[in-house]
Amino acid sequence: MKYETVIGLEVHAQLQTNTKIFCGCETKFGEEPNTRTCPVCIGMPGVLPVMNRRAVEYSVKTGLATHCTINPSSRFARKNYFYPDLPKGYQISQYELPLCENGNVEIVVDGKLKRIGITRIHLEEDAGKNLHQAAGNASLVDLNRAGTPLMEIVSEPDITSPEEASEYLKNLRSILRYIEVSDADMEKGNFRCDANVSIRPAGSKELGTRTEIKNVNSFKFVQKALEYEIKRQAKLLDGGERVVQETRLFDSEKGVTSSMRSKEEAHDYRYFPEPDLVPVMIAQGEIEDIRKTIPELPDAKRARFVKEYAIPEYDADMLTQSKALAAYFEATVKKSGNPKVVSNWIMGELTRLLNAAGVEIEACPVAPERLAGMITMIDEGVISTKIAKTVFEEMYTTGKDAGTIVKEKGLVQVSDTGAIEAIIDEVIQANPGQTTEYRAGKEKLFGFFVGQVMKASKGKANPDMVNQLLKKKLSG
Amino acid sequence: MKISKQEVEHVAKLARLELSEQEMTLYTGQLSDILTYIEKLNELDTSKVEATSHVLDIKNVMRDDVPAACLTQEQALANAPDKDAGHYRVPKIIE
Repeated sequence: MKYETVIGLEVHAQLQTNTKIFCGCETKFGEEPNTRTCPVCIGMPGVLPVMNRRAVEYSVKTGLATHCTINPSSRFARKNYFYPDLPKGYQISQYELPLCENGNVEIVVDGKLKRIGITRIHLEEDAGKNLHQAAGNASLVDLNRAGTPLMEIVSEPDITSPEEASEYLKNLRSILRYIEVSDADMEKGNFRCDANVSIRPAGSKELGTRTEIKNVNSFKFVQKALEYEIKRQAKLLDGGERVVQETRLFDSEKGVTSSMRSKEEAHDYRYFPEPDLVPVMIAQGEIEDIRKTIPELPDAKRARFVKEYAIPEYDADMLTQSKALAAYFEATVKKSGNPKVVSNWIMGELTRLLNAAGVEIEACPVAPERLAGMITMIDEGVISTKIAKTVFEEMYTTGKDAGTIVKEKGLVQVSDTGAIEAIIDEVIQANPGQTTEYRAGKEKLFGFFVGQVMKASKGKANPDMVNQLLKKKLSG
Repeated sequence: MKISKQEVEHVAKLARLELSEQEMTLYTGQLSDILTYIEKLNELDTSKVEATSHVLDIKNVMRDDVPAACLTQEQALANAPDKDAGHYRVPKIIE
């Protein structure tokens, strides 16, 4: 049977505040265990939580960037369950009246624009971290992470394929980074995703039974986990069986999901209003102040790049993945012009070298002005594009500018007719057989001659001139 | 309002309370009495009253995002019944 897929995603993003949500402990990653805690975040009796103002501001900023309504009055609730990484026996979260509701994130799949609805964005505290010892029958608990501010961003079930899910996550992550509320680093667990997925016979209105896939930690795995889960559910339904509503874990090595025995039989969190925290009321003026801090977002920037620089959609999409990369592009173009050439260098050589070294664009050893300088040298015919690749690598590793490298290594392009003709004469003389064949009509040997001339000139001969002069000499 | 024995059992389980048969019967009766008493409030018309989430008329009590001192690892673990390598040590969690 043919099925339709319905996917809803829940993202937990860690806010990049200096301190935890309800106490002054620093939110640092990779510290010694249990050295970033205080009586509030380890749940000592008699302590009171106090809201971190910046955590609220960041959540509102996220809501505005995703076109949400900001609730003028918002309150917190206790979600009750027992787990060793949850010292109080409840998590402070939001239930009724979350900070933000009814927004959307735009995605483009197969060239089509689609809006994925955001049901709500709420603020809550993270739990600690459990370590499971290989040997022995004990687990270890580190509470450094307990009380770290998290935003839970819940999508509407508007997503209809694993590709859309992946696009949604990429765009959402990019927005969080642009507005600088979360580094959204998946490897550090600062951007985690749970996926709800169900299938139904094509055209049916009723939703099928869903399963929840927990904590998948890369875009690639989200897509794979969903693909697997959709196939698994279809096979069950085709075989006359039914899908059981449950939580499943994705095994990235085997590429399968498997049932996770639930820690609490029936989820019964007994939410109730948190008496230790007073309501958060956000005035319209404050919302407008926060709105002013939102920079140009990826979608707008992408559209502007296409229009302003006349570069292809694909280039604009790649260049606006991060704000820093987009800024690098614009700074380079400002000096050198040639937007498409700049884009090619950034997406090609620059990205290749950065990836090989595991370096982010923010720490790129070649400043935009330097790249612009090199592109200008190509423009003016001082160096060939081919030589420029060598020059660029040298710029990247030594930090010198293109002019210095070209001078030091004698890489200036040879554009002197006499010098090139001399090389061509040598090549023709050295290859009498090929010359005769070419003159007898085997024209595809032309490439061979170009190659030989370039080699003899150590890549420095001006390629356009080589083509011209070779044609003349060979036909004569 | 009557509360069933099954409901008491469920709530006890969620709260990790182990109750004897005798306690179960006792609490079922007591909880039913409490709920019946509270039910009297339903006689009032509250349709025009906003739900109270906090008894005090205050809002927006917040702190600046400025780091404060933490406990040392020794202090944090001082009351732990069991510890190991700077961690709280608890019965094994995952099966």
